[in-house]
Amino acid sequence: MKALRHEIMESPMTTEEAPPNAETPPCGAAASAAGSAIGAPRVPTLVIEGGKALRGFDFRDLWAHRDLLYFLAWRDVKVRYKQTAMGVAWVILQPLLTMAIFTVLFGRLAKVPSDGEPYPIFVFAGLLPWTYFNQAVTTASNSLVGNAALITKVYFPRLVIPAAAVCAGLVDFAISASIMFLMAFHYGMPFGASLLLIPPLMALTALFALCVGMWMSALNVKYRDVRYALPFLLQIWMYLTPIIYPLKFIPERWRWLLALNPLSGMIQAFRAAVFGRAIDWSGLGLACAMTAVFLIAAGWSFRRMERQFADIV
Amino acid sequence: MQPIIRVEKLGKRYAIGRRENFVTIRDMVASAALAPIRALRRLGNRSEDRGTENFWALKNVSFEVAPGEVLGVIGRNGAGKSTLLKILSRITEPTAGRIELHGRVGSLLEVGTGFHQELTGRENIFLSGAIMGMRRAEIIRKFDEIVAFAEIDDFIDTPVKRYSSGMYVRLGFAVAAHLDPEILLVDEVLAVGDIAFQKKCLGKMGEVARGGRTVLFVSHNMAAIEALCTRCVMLSGGALAASGDPMTVMARYVAEGAAPDTGAADLAAHPGRRPGDTPTMTRVELRSGDEKPSGAIRLGDPMEIRVSYRATRPLRPVLGSVIKTSYGAPVFCVSDRFCSQLAECAPLAEATIICRIERLMLIPGTYSIDLWLGDATGDFDVIFDAIGFEVLPSDLTGTGRLPPPNLGAVFCEASWSIDDR
Repeated sequence: MKALRHEIMESPMTTEEAPPNAETPPCGAAASAAGSAIGAPRVPTLVIEGGKALRGFDFRDLWAHRDLLYFLAWRDVKVRYKQTAMGVAWVILQPLLTMAIFTVLFGRLAKVPSDGEPYPIFVFAGLLPWTYFNQAVTTASNSLVGNAALITKVYFPRLVIPAAAVCAGLVDFAISASIMFLMAFHYGMPFGASLLLIPPLMALTALFALCVGMWMSALNVKYRDVRYALPFLLQIWMYLTPIIYPLKFIPERWRWLLALNPLSGMIQAFRAAVFGRAIDWSGLGLACAMTAVFLIAAGWSFRRMERQFADIV
Repeated sequence: MQPIIRVEKLGKRYAIGRRENFVTIRDMVASAALAPIRALRRLGNRSEDRGTENFWALKNVSFEVAPGEVLGVIGRNGAGKSTLLKILSRITEPTAGRIELHGRVGSLLEVGTGFHQELTGRENIFLSGAIMGMRRAEIIRKFDEIVAFAEIDDFIDTPVKRYSSGMYVRLGFAVAAHLDPEILLVDEVLAVGDIAFQKKCLGKMGEVARGGRTVLFVSHNMAAIEALCTRCVMLSGGALAASGDPMTVMARYVAEGAAPDTGAADLAAHPGRRPGDTPTMTRVELRSGDEKPSGAIRLGDPMEIRVSYRATRPLRPVLGSVIKTSYGAPVFCVSDRFCSQLAECAPLAEATIICRIERLMLIPGTYSIDLWLGDATGDFDVIFDAIGFEVLPSDLTGTGRLPPPNLGAVFCEASWSIDDR
């Protein structure tokens, strides 16, 4: 096994994609005839090698499968509320009911401060990105196992599956975001230019959800414990994120701990964008940096486990 | 000519112990706790344990396919055919070796890949097409053609869960058939669907082949291989056993593992054994009335299948055998699983089970037998094509004439009369 890997490392041709006929020097009419039989000149030669070292994502391959990403996300959206009596209403009801419970429990009874905003809209603005993150991570982590029939029958970059789950959640987010704007209108909030920050912030949240989701989905293929552990983990995570309380609620000397949680920076910024207040750029910058680090780590982990998916799922 | 597929020294290793569906952390803890005991035990019989842990589904397989060729891949169950397809279609990675594919690869390993029950036919065409590697624009362009091929126009906006199984299969194949790859990998999907649909599939595959595309076709259906393939390779125990024109390789396939002239076969190390089974059957003998084994039995004569086994503990054996044509189609099955005639016998660790068929009513030709041995709990030793035999003609009809083999493998006695009222 080791000897084999060594031999391959030394072989001159280790790239997976190469221009057509790059391996064979053209030798007259026969070669060109073969070339035309192969088809369009952009059809690449594919080389598959056993026991080769781990490599990064093949971004060209991922890009070639962008339509698949779209259709898988579209399928998830389309199928999610099939055969439910209330259908899409669930998308609105879930965060609304959670908001009502939190408002009574924490806003009224526990008298948690809310940065001077009315508590219902304060908590809703935090719950909105959190609900998205929670749902995206949960569906993504079960996505590989749920699509085992595909993984064992056809090739495509496996990353597309958790990525589709993360994208599908954005539709739910958009629907429940409209409720938030109705509430903002009701409370007489000003609609400022800072609202334009919401799409890039959600893109960042989606990217972070993809990190966690793809890592968990790969782990879930091998260890089905993930399915049972993840809900607890996410619940604890929610209370470690300033959603039901403002960041100021935490004593100064512990705040740095909260900043280690990228979601903390993202949700703080999301709220600031909604309420038109100053954005904590250093917190957001830290969240970006940590997402980048997580993305590389999760990507590496995913690539490593990806090779076994079809054999063990 | 430059080959379109080049496979060099391909190998795929599975760790048998790790092939359970999934592990939990609890299993890992338990396994870690028991590891020292396992290691001690391994010191005792080192060589045996090593052998069972790793299993080479494919080993050192090399071949080339020229553009426009239709290559048939045959082999017994567990010979590595499916593994080869899975590696070529990039579903799983090889452990060793190298493959070059010069062109777009489409694989048809099942019908209806990616279909979702809740979605309509129209929606599933897009979904399944995208999963198999088509771009959206391409699907839109071929949409009408796919619907026409599947013959489901009226049901295009009905969820596929309301489809009949025939409609489902037709739609699934229709999407796959319009993939237009340079290299098409086909598993035994033709085994599904009704006869008319199978014909249509074969026709479409022939069309694909004549269109200059390269097809790699894995099948047990010898008639289909014969009709479609220009060349054939045979896998045996994960290695390439034969390669050449389909007739020669198929003759070799029929001959291997079966010894038609002797009527007896040693089963202790038989190539047709299913991987992972506990080897229990040791020998099979065929007899026809007298005391010595015979590989040639006359139509209408008795046949005895005698299987000897040796087990680690006494058991009440249950034997099943499937008699198949040389093309691999099952003709009939005799199994004590359904008769329970031996259910009351004394448990034995070592014995010979005798299955007697009073009159063997098979059209003359060569046949093959699969053997299944187990006990009341299930089967634990299965050997495909354990032994072959020949059926010799006999004059049961009194005219010297018998129906030709292409009209069915079973000879059935009938009486004829005319009602002229």
